[in-house]
Amino acid sequence: MTIARKSVVWGLFAAGGTISAFLFPVVIALFLLVALGYVPRGLEFDSLHAFASHWVGKSALFLVIFLSLWHAAHRLRVVFHDFGVRRDKAVANAVYLVAALGTFMTAFYLYRI
Amino acid sequence: MKLKSRQLELEVLRYDPEKDSEPHFQSYSVSCPEDWAILDALNYVKENLDTTLSYRWSCHMMVCGSCGMMVNGEPSLTCKTFIRDLPDKVRIEPLQNFPIERDLVVVLDDVMEKLQLAQPWIIREDDPPPADEEYTQSRAALYKFKQYTMCINCMCCYAACPQYGLDPKFIGPAALALAHRYNLDSRDQGKSQRLDILADHDGVWDCSFVGACSEVCPKSVDPAAAIQQMKVDGAIEWWKQKLPGGKP
Amino acid sequence: MSRQPYVRPLPKTSWYLANARYRRYMLREVTCLLVGVYCALLIWALAALSSGSPERWAAFLAAQQNTAMIVFHAAALVYYLVYMTFDWFKLAPKAMPVQLGENKLPGHFIIIGHYLAWVIVTLFVLWLAGVLT
Repeated sequence: MTIARKSVVWGLFAAGGTISAFLFPVVIALFLLVALGYVPRGLEFDSLHAFASHWVGKSALFLVIFLSLWHAAHRLRVVFHDFGVRRDKAVANAVYLVAALGTFMTAFYLYRI
Repeated sequence: MKLKSRQLELEVLRYDPEKDSEPHFQSYSVSCPEDWAILDALNYVKENLDTTLSYRWSCHMMVCGSCGMMVNGEPSLTCKTFIRDLPDKVRIEPLQNFPIERDLVVVLDDVMEKLQLAQPWIIREDDPPPADEEYTQSRAALYKFKQYTMCINCMCCYAACPQYGLDPKFIGPAALALAHRYNLDSRDQGKSQRLDILADHDGVWDCSFVGACSEVCPKSVDPAAAIQQMKVDGAIEWWKQKLPGGKP
Repeated sequence: MSRQPYVRPLPKTSWYLANARYRRYMLREVTCLLVGVYCALLIWALAALSSGSPERWAAFLAAQQNTAMIVFHAAALVYYLVYMTFDWFKLAPKAMPVQLGENKLPGHFIIIGHYLAWVIVTLFVLWLAGVLT
C-alpha cells in the first residue's frame, strides 16, 4: 500500500481553506462596498489593471483563486457524500473538472492582462 | 443524612436475538439517589426489576471503557454520566453505529480488528539498546504523546462519528489516535510504515473533521486532533517519498 | 444460543439533523458554496479586467450595484465569517500543536494569533484597494 494521492488533494484543500478563511471576508466586503455604490481607488480600472499586470499581483490572484477553487471543489465533494449521494467517483470527477476549468480560465485571463 | 432521591423513567432499548425481529423500548421507573450515575440505575434495574437486561460494565470508574452507551442520544460512559445532569426521562440505547448483539451489548469486532491496523507497538529500524541499557525518554518527549495513551477503547468516538456511521470501512478515531500515539513516541521509528496503511483509502482521508469524536471522548484524548496531525504527516510523507532517496 | 446481530443503519440523507453538533457541521461545510460563488465572481471580474477596456470594467462594476447583490453580499459576509473563518480558526490549533518544554501551548494562543493575522491581512487588502488612506 502506498500513501494515497488523496494526500495531495487534501494538502491543496487545506491550503485553499486557509487562504479563503483569511482573505474571503475582505473580498466579500469589497464586493459589498461596490454593490453599495462605493468604488475605492484601488478597484478602479487603472489601478487594478496595473496590479494584475505586475507578476506579483498576477501570481497572488492566481494562487488565491486556484487554491480557493480547489478547496471549494473538494469540500463540495464531501458535502455530496454527507448528503447521501453515493457516486463518489462521478462527483469527484465533476467537481474537480469545474475547478480545473475555473483555474484554466483564471490563468487565461491573467495571461491576457 | 439521607440523600434526596429523584424518580427517573428509563427507556431502555431491548433486543433478544432469539425472540425479537427488531429492537423495542422498555420502560423502568427507578428511584435514584442524587449521587448516582446512570449505571447505578441500570444495575438497580437488573438486580431488582428485570434480570434479563444485558449490558457491559466493569470498573465503574472510567478506566475500563466497558460501559459505553447512548444516553439521550449522546455517546457516554454510563459510569461517568450522573443523574444530577440528566432530566427525569432518560433514553438508553446501545452505542450508535455498531450492530446490536443483545439489549445494550454491541458487536465490537470491527473496531478490535482496526486497532491492529494502527500497528500499536514500537517499530524500530535501528537496533534496540543493549540488554543492560534502556531507551531514555525525557518528560518533554513523553508529554508529546501522553494524551493519546489515555484511550480506554470505550468506542464512544465511533458512535459519535458520522463518517464511520455512513461508511464502516473508515478506520475511525480510536485506531487513528492510537497510531498517532506511536508516531509521536520518540522511541518509535515506524511513522512511514504506519502512514502507508493509514494514509491509504479508508484511512485518515475519510475524516471530514466533524470533531464529534473529541467532543464525546470521556478521557479527553482528542482523536480529531490526532487525525488532523496525521493528515499533515501524510501529506508531508507523500512528498518525502517522491523526492530522490524516498521509497520507490 | 444463536446470534443475530441487528444493524441500525444511519439515515444517509438526514443524519445531520439529529443533533446540534451535526447541524453546525453541515452549516460549516456548505460554506464551500460561498467560496465557489466568490471564485466565480472573481473570475468574472478578471474576464472584464482582461478585456483591456475600461468600459467593460465599468459595466462589470455597474452590474454589481443592485439591491439583490447588496443583500447577498451582506448575508454572505456574516454567514461566511461565522461558519467558515471563525470555525476554521477554532479548529486550527488541533492541526498544529506547539510543545513548549513539557507543556503544550494552550489552543487559544494559536486562535488569537490567527485573528491577529486575519486583521493584518484584512487591513492590508483594504489599504491595497484604497479604502484606507
